[in-house]
Amino acid sequence: MAQRETSEHRRGRQVEETEEPTTASTAAPSDLDADVDAILDEIDDVLEENAEDFVKSFVQKGGQ
Amino acid sequence: MSVHRVMGIETEYGISIPRHPTINPTVSSSRIVNAYARHVVPTGQRPGGWDYALESPLRDARGYDMSRAEADPSQLTDDPAMANVVLTNGSRLYVDHAHPELSTPEVTNPRDAVLWDRAGVEIMRIAMALVAKEPESHPIVLYKNNTDNKGASYGCHENYLMDRRTPFAEIVRHLTPFFITRQVFTGAGRLGIGQDGRRLAYQLSQRADFFEVEVGLETTLKRPIINTRDEPHADPERYRRLHVIVGDANMSDTATYLKMGTTSLVLALLEAGALNDLDLWPQNPVREMHQVSHDTQLSHLVTLADGRRMTALDIQREFHARATDFCVDPDAQTRDVLDKWSTIIDDLDRDPAVCADRIDWVAKRTLIDGFRHRESLDWSSPRLQLIDLQYSDLRPDKGLAAKLEQRGRLARMFDDVTVTDAITSAPTDTRAYFRGECIRRFPESVAAASWDSLVFDLPGREALLRVPMIDPLRGTHEHVHGLLEGSADAEALVGSLMRDSR
Repeated sequence: MAQRETSEHRRGRQVEETEEPTTASTAAPSDLDADVDAILDEIDDVLEENAEDFVKSFVQKGGQ
Repeated sequence: MSVHRVMGIETEYGISIPRHPTINPTVSSSRIVNAYARHVVPTGQRPGGWDYALESPLRDARGYDMSRAEADPSQLTDDPAMANVVLTNGSRLYVDHAHPELSTPEVTNPRDAVLWDRAGVEIMRIAMALVAKEPESHPIVLYKNNTDNKGASYGCHENYLMDRRTPFAEIVRHLTPFFITRQVFTGAGRLGIGQDGRRLAYQLSQRADFFEVEVGLETTLKRPIINTRDEPHADPERYRRLHVIVGDANMSDTATYLKMGTTSLVLALLEAGALNDLDLWPQNPVREMHQVSHDTQLSHLVTLADGRRMTALDIQREFHARATDFCVDPDAQTRDVLDKWSTIIDDLDRDPAVCADRIDWVAKRTLIDGFRHRESLDWSSPRLQLIDLQYSDLRPDKGLAAKLEQRGRLARMFDDVTVTDAITSAPTDTRAYFRGECIRRFPESVAAASWDSLVFDLPGREALLRVPMIDPLRGTHEHVHGLLEGSADAEALVGSLMRDSR
C-alpha cells in the first residue's frame, strides 16, 4: 500500500529522473525482487488472454 | 552552441481492432482522427483541410504577405485516407499510410519536444476512448511501436531545422556513425530479429532491421539511414529540414529527450565545423546498424573504415566529448542533456539493468526476462511476444509502459497538469502559437492549415485567404499576442495583417 502511495505521489509532481536510478539501486536486493515480483503480478493481470491469437492478429500495413 | 533549434516529432501509431484483424486500417485510422476532430468542434476545417498549395512566397521578411488561396473547398474530399485536423496546440492529426499519425507542433528545444510528443499520446488516448463510446463500434487499440514483427514497419520521424550552408556530405559522414550507435539509448526493444522477426532473440531497436541502404529519398522501402527529403517549410535558402527516419518511437520520456537533445547537439557541432577532423565512418554502415541493435551486451565492436574497432558506447563517448568541448558556458538545458548523455553512457557501460527506469529496451527486457525466468518460458512463448507488443499499448489499463510509469518505475519528465495543458495549448515560441491560437479563437474561420500557412474563410468574401508563415520563429506569443487580443474576429485579424503587410 505504501508503495502505491509513493508512486501516486511521484505522479503528481515534476519528476527528476536522476532520483529514479538511486531509488532503484540503493534498495536492498530482497526489496527489489519483491517489487519486481509485484510488477510481474500486476502485468500478469493485464496481459491479454490467449497471447498466441492476439499476437498473430496484430498485422500492420507498412508505413514510412 | 546549444540543444536549442526548431524541431518536431511525427509518430505513426500501430492500430488494431483485437479479434477483428480484417477491418480496414485506413478506415479505423480515419475513425480515430474524426472522433477527435468532432470532439474539438467547432471547427471550420474542411475534411482533409490541409493546405497543399505548392505556391509559397519565399522572400517575405515579415512572414505576413497575403495571397489568394489556391485551394477551392470543393476540391477537398471525404476520403478516409484524407482525414486530417490541425489542433489548437499546433499539432497535426491525420491518416498516413493506413496509420493514424500525430505531428507535434514546431518546438525550440528537446524538453518541449518531449512534452508535445507526450501530449500527442494523450490525444490518441482520448481518441481511442471516444471511438470506444460510439454505438456499435469495435474499440480501436493504438500502439506506439514501429513493427508488427511480421515484416511491416512504420515510423517515428524527427525533424530538425538546420543551417543550409552545412555541406550534406558532412552531415552524412558524421550522422551515420552517430545514428548507428545512438540506438543504445533510443532503442525501444524488440523480441525478434530480421524484418519478419523470425529469429527469436531480443534486440535494442524496433526499426534497425528495416534499414537497407546508407542514403536515399525513400521512407517506405529500401529505407536509408540518412534520408534526403528536404522540404524545409521555411526559407529554403537559409534552412534545411533534416528528416530523421531511423529512430524508434519511445515510451520513455528520457529516451525521447536524449534522442532529440543529443542529435541536436551533433547537428550544432556539424554546423560549427567542429567535427571536421573526426572520422568514425563504419566500414559497412547498414550491417553495423543491425549488429549494434542485435547486441544487448553492448560489446560488439564496430569496424571503422580506417580499421579501428570501437563499441557503440565508445563512439557515443567521442561525440559527447566533442559536444562538451564546444559547448562553452552552456545554458541549463544544454548542460542537462550533456549530463544525462554521459550518465547514460556510463550506466549502460556498467550495467544496462540500472537504466530500466529511463531506457525502453532495458525496461521491456526486464519484464520479458522476469517472466521468462519466473514461469520458465521458452523464447518462443507467445506471452513473451505479447509483452513486447503490449509494452507500447496506449490503453492506460493495459499498456505495460503505462503500468511501469504508474508504479514510478519508468521516469516521467512532466506531471499530468503540464501534459494536459499541452493537449490544447501550443508552444509560445514558434509559429505554432499563431496557428494554434487562430484555430482556438476563430475555429469557424480557419478553413485549412499547414506548417507554413493558414487559410481563412471569411464571411462576405468569395475567395479563401491564405496567410503564409514561412518563418518558424515568427508568430510567437511575443510577436502576435497583442494582435490576437486586439482582434474581435478573424476578419479584424486579417484586416490588421493586411494593413501591416502594406
